[in-house]
Amino acid sequence: MTRHLLIRSLDRGAVTFVIVVAALAIIVPVLNLATPASSALHLPTYLVALFGKYACYALLALSIDLIWGYCGILSLGHGAFFALGGYAMGMYLMRQIGTRGIYANPILPDFMVFLNWKALPVYWYGFQWFPYALLMIFVVPGALAFVFGWFAFRSRVSGVYLSIITQALTYALMLGFFRNNFGFGGNNGLTDFKDLLGFNVQAETTRNALFSISCLAVVLAFLLCRVVIASKFGKVLVAIRDAEARARFLGYRVESYKLFVFTLSACMAGLAGALYVPQVGIINPSEFAPGNSIEAVIWVAVGGRGTLVGAALGAVAVNYAKTFFTGGMLAPYWLFVLGGLFVVVTLLLPRGIVSTLRHWTALQRDGASAAAEDGVAEPLPAG
Amino acid sequence: MEPLTSALLYLDGVTVSFDGFKALNNLSFAIAPGEMRAIIGPNGAGKTTMMDVVTGKTRPDAGEVLFDGRHNLTRLDETEVAALGIGRKFQKPTVFDNHTVSDNIELALKADRRARAALVWRETAEERRRVDELLEIICLAAARDRLAASLSHGQKQWLEIGMLLAQDPKLLLVDEPVAGMTDTETRQTAELLRAINREHTVVVVEHDMAFVRELGVKVTCLHEGAVLAEGTIDQVSTNKRVVEVYLGR
Amino acid sequence: MRDVHGRVAALVFALGLILAGATVAHAGPYEDALAKFTEGSLSDTGDGINGVAVSGNPLAERVLAALKDGRLMFSAEKKTVYIQAKNGKLFDAFTGKPFTGKPPDDIDNVIVNNRLRNVIDADLGALTLMSRNSNRRFDAAQAVFRSRDLSVLPNVEKALAEETDPRTKRALEQARAAILLYDAKSSAADKIAATAVIGDRGDQDSLGLLDGLPPDLPPAVHAAVAAARASIAHTLALWNGVQNAWYGLSLGSVLLLAAIGLAITFGVMGVINMAHGEMVMLGAYVTFVVQQAIRAYDPNLFDYSLAIALPLAFAVAGGVGIVIERTIIRFLYGRPLETLLATWGLSLILQQTVRTIFGPTNEDVGNPSWMSGAFDFGGITITYNRLWIVCFAFAVFLALLAILRYTRFGLEMRAVTQNRPMAASMGIRTGRVDALTFGLGSAIAGIAGVALSQIDNVSPNLGQGYIIDSFMVVVFGGVGNLWGTAVGALTLGIANKFLEPYAGAVLGKIAVLILIILFIQKRPRGMFALKGRTVEA
Repeated sequence: MTRHLLIRSLDRGAVTFVIVVAALAIIVPVLNLATPASSALHLPTYLVALFGKYACYALLALSIDLIWGYCGILSLGHGAFFALGGYAMGMYLMRQIGTRGIYANPILPDFMVFLNWKALPVYWYGFQWFPYALLMIFVVPGALAFVFGWFAFRSRVSGVYLSIITQALTYALMLGFFRNNFGFGGNNGLTDFKDLLGFNVQAETTRNALFSISCLAVVLAFLLCRVVIASKFGKVLVAIRDAEARARFLGYRVESYKLFVFTLSACMAGLAGALYVPQVGIINPSEFAPGNSIEAVIWVAVGGRGTLVGAALGAVAVNYAKTFFTGGMLAPYWLFVLGGLFVVVTLLLPRGIVSTLRHWTALQRDGASAAAEDGVAEPLPAG
Repeated sequence: MEPLTSALLYLDGVTVSFDGFKALNNLSFAIAPGEMRAIIGPNGAGKTTMMDVVTGKTRPDAGEVLFDGRHNLTRLDETEVAALGIGRKFQKPTVFDNHTVSDNIELALKADRRARAALVWRETAEERRRVDELLEIICLAAARDRLAASLSHGQKQWLEIGMLLAQDPKLLLVDEPVAGMTDTETRQTAELLRAINREHTVVVVEHDMAFVRELGVKVTCLHEGAVLAEGTIDQVSTNKRVVEVYLGR
Repeated sequence: MRDVHGRVAALVFALGLILAGATVAHAGPYEDALAKFTEGSLSDTGDGINGVAVSGNPLAERVLAALKDGRLMFSAEKKTVYIQAKNGKLFDAFTGKPFTGKPPDDIDNVIVNNRLRNVIDADLGALTLMSRNSNRRFDAAQAVFRSRDLSVLPNVEKALAEETDPRTKRALEQARAAILLYDAKSSAADKIAATAVIGDRGDQDSLGLLDGLPPDLPPAVHAAVAAARASIAHTLALWNGVQNAWYGLSLGSVLLLAAIGLAITFGVMGVINMAHGEMVMLGAYVTFVVQQAIRAYDPNLFDYSLAIALPLAFAVAGGVGIVIERTIIRFLYGRPLETLLATWGLSLILQQTVRTIFGPTNEDVGNPSWMSGAFDFGGITITYNRLWIVCFAFAVFLALLAILRYTRFGLEMRAVTQNRPMAASMGIRTGRVDALTFGLGSAIAGIAGVALSQIDNVSPNLGQGYIIDSFMVVVFGGVGNLWGTAVGALTLGIANKFLEPYAGAVLGKIAVLILIILFIQKRPRGMFALKGRTVEA
């Protein structure tokens, strides 16, 4: 059954994407570890960490595309799920520090000792076990998305209203996490990590492994999305996106469909955040900033919403540009570029790069049938 | 539960007001099982609001709406109403533009509507046959793999009717099915509706008097949210008050 | 060496003093007291203060006021005392006549310490109790109330007997009560009566006064004091509520100012303008530029800076708004999510532009004199800038209502938003109306920026702080309804301030956000939603 779904869900573009990402997961570590530093083929470790970061962003972009591209739910608060997954991982990493912290307290993380706390808060219990932390990486963002979505979709909050309240949600979380008495390190967040499953997070091998795992996560999440979308469930999602009232009058319980896909998407975002944290070495409340979530949406818009591949590529492309600009003399101009990107993409490239390319190739062949294969190549994305 | 009435659809004293404006004012009528009924009335007479109330989109301020004599529709939402077997065609043709014609029909086919069922669903031969059959009925078999967006206006109207049939409802509510159609298409639609009526109960809301005449069924004329006249098309069109309302005083 | 010189000087000084003392002796109580200031020791100065205060000399008030401000000068050598006017001129303290000629070489200020300053305050209070100006008498009575100096009691009694102004009379009674309460010799009955008077006053000072009483009071007085304290605590709680309401009103009016432009662009036109906050920011920077220009060219105009900035901010933000509408937003009508993204991009560009021109730091925007300061209203203090902003917010709101209801443009605007094709066929140029409507919304954000520059940091991030709150206000109040926006802003402002004491500022804000999120679930279209089929279309 699942094999059948998987085969049906893969077209040529999807297969190419999976192969390329999987190949990168192998080639990058090889170029970093197996080549001498003097070799022209050698890839410096900082680039491995950077690529790992891009992979996490690509995963976040996939999660946004799943709900926005296929179900029309524009979440401006997906950064919150990303950050919550990151905090869950960060809490595990903090507990691993143990007596190696500045205050050498075997149980309490440094910031709690600093704040004069005597005991570990209850919600920190269990995070020293990796399986529990792994579970929380999915459960915490998923549960928040479920509760939030249950209220929102049942009351038929949709369109821009939903976007605005998701933004308020992440804003409220940001204000909360900035507070010291929330117990997540306040302003500074969680940092100074040492070990992940006994491996030093700073070590070259760990970094390469994290990169490969991130790529693997992208591939798996991509395949999962494809399976969901190729199923009848996916067709109903697109139906809801295009004509919600029609879907309701056909007897589909629209809110269950939205709730399921929203929760799934939040879990994916949580995983992305969890993989992100050990690679950048810190998680702090600014990850909740509304601006971050909106920026993630533009990656999807640039690549092409409703294409998955485009979302992932968009995330990498925009972040590569960001690295390029903010790294040098051009830093003050980055916000102009990013802002301009928002405007230009929405005005001139409403389909995004990948959809536009597909549309052109489809036009060159005989239009309708080619577009139909995809099932989602929209004539024009309606709000 | 014993049926409270023999009528399939029974409205009693339904009132809906929007900010003081009464869209429906103590509206009462009944549709018998197997009947086809045409509902006419000038703009703002409350035809669409009536459909909104029946399909669970709008909650009435007062009144009772019974389906099949036992289901109180005023307490249900759209999904629950649809599950009871009431299908609705919108005034503006509403199909899933980014799905193929056959996918549109397939999504409408009577089946488990729950999300988890949809995740593992696979098409059966029986469903395939049913889709083919419906595409024949609505004359879109040749267009089965085209995107619904590429259909003409009239074809979309038919596709939507086809989707209603796929739902296999007990009651079809059809809002202005021939708006924007050519004369030939209008005649074909009338035929189609009559064919549908052999197995289903149908309520048609329409402006086009020629079309209503073609259907040749009992007519209810609404005005200002209440029933103005009821009877054959000839009785209604010669009714003094109906003439007043339509032609002005 | 130096030491020896010092001792010799002191000896000579002392001798001279005795001589001088002899010459001016018995000239009168005022003159005697004045002479004490030339002695140079603090205890002599203290005697001098009390002497002057009770002398009844009309110059006494001037002398004490000058002493308090450090403007009383003396010459030990010549045994003279001078009052230095604020402009630096010297007056002879004995005669009150302007001093001509060369001041003595050893002229110096009479030194006072904090204890003496309190004495001066009390004495000045007692002196001004008889002033002709009723406001000054009132202030003096208040000063006595705080100092509760037993020596002033006769003055208070005398003033009380002559006082006609009811407000001052009450203040005097309270002052007398305060003195009697602390006077160990006054009777228990007097003290109980005094407690009642203090209790009626009911402010923080009264509570402090009662709290400071010695513990060994007669039981009856003790009971009366306890009752008065309870009554004061109640009054204070009441004023605390009033204060919260005022803060809430103030915050609400800020929210209203920030959101009201959005109520037009989002509420009326349905355009999600995420760059709205940046329009507010532009308005604040216009104010800054205007003030810089005034500082450079004509500082006297500073009090008019806001009046000059208002029309400029209106024009600048409105102009930017029209340009944005014509070049970007009009291509995105009917696609709200895309509009949201494009305008977010615009907000980044506008912020970065301002950052490039003015730098990332806070700019110094000053308050004109009429916006600085505060006054007391009952038990609370109201600052003028907050008060003016409340007034301004409501003025803008009413003006906007009037524009929508009574002008041709308002009529066309409502026509276009309700039925675009019909409006177009009636000959309304819908494109122009769209541009002007969006321009109006932006322009209002601009003038909001002028007001907000008075209470907030003017930096490129100014707008960011308002955008989420503004959207919350509009959505909470009900989209498309200006009254809803006003009620929404005030409700949120007041809710925020009443939650703050219990939850703290940040948690209070989070609580309000969560409440709104829950509220939107309950009523997705806000408090004052429009009903009917038109909404769905």
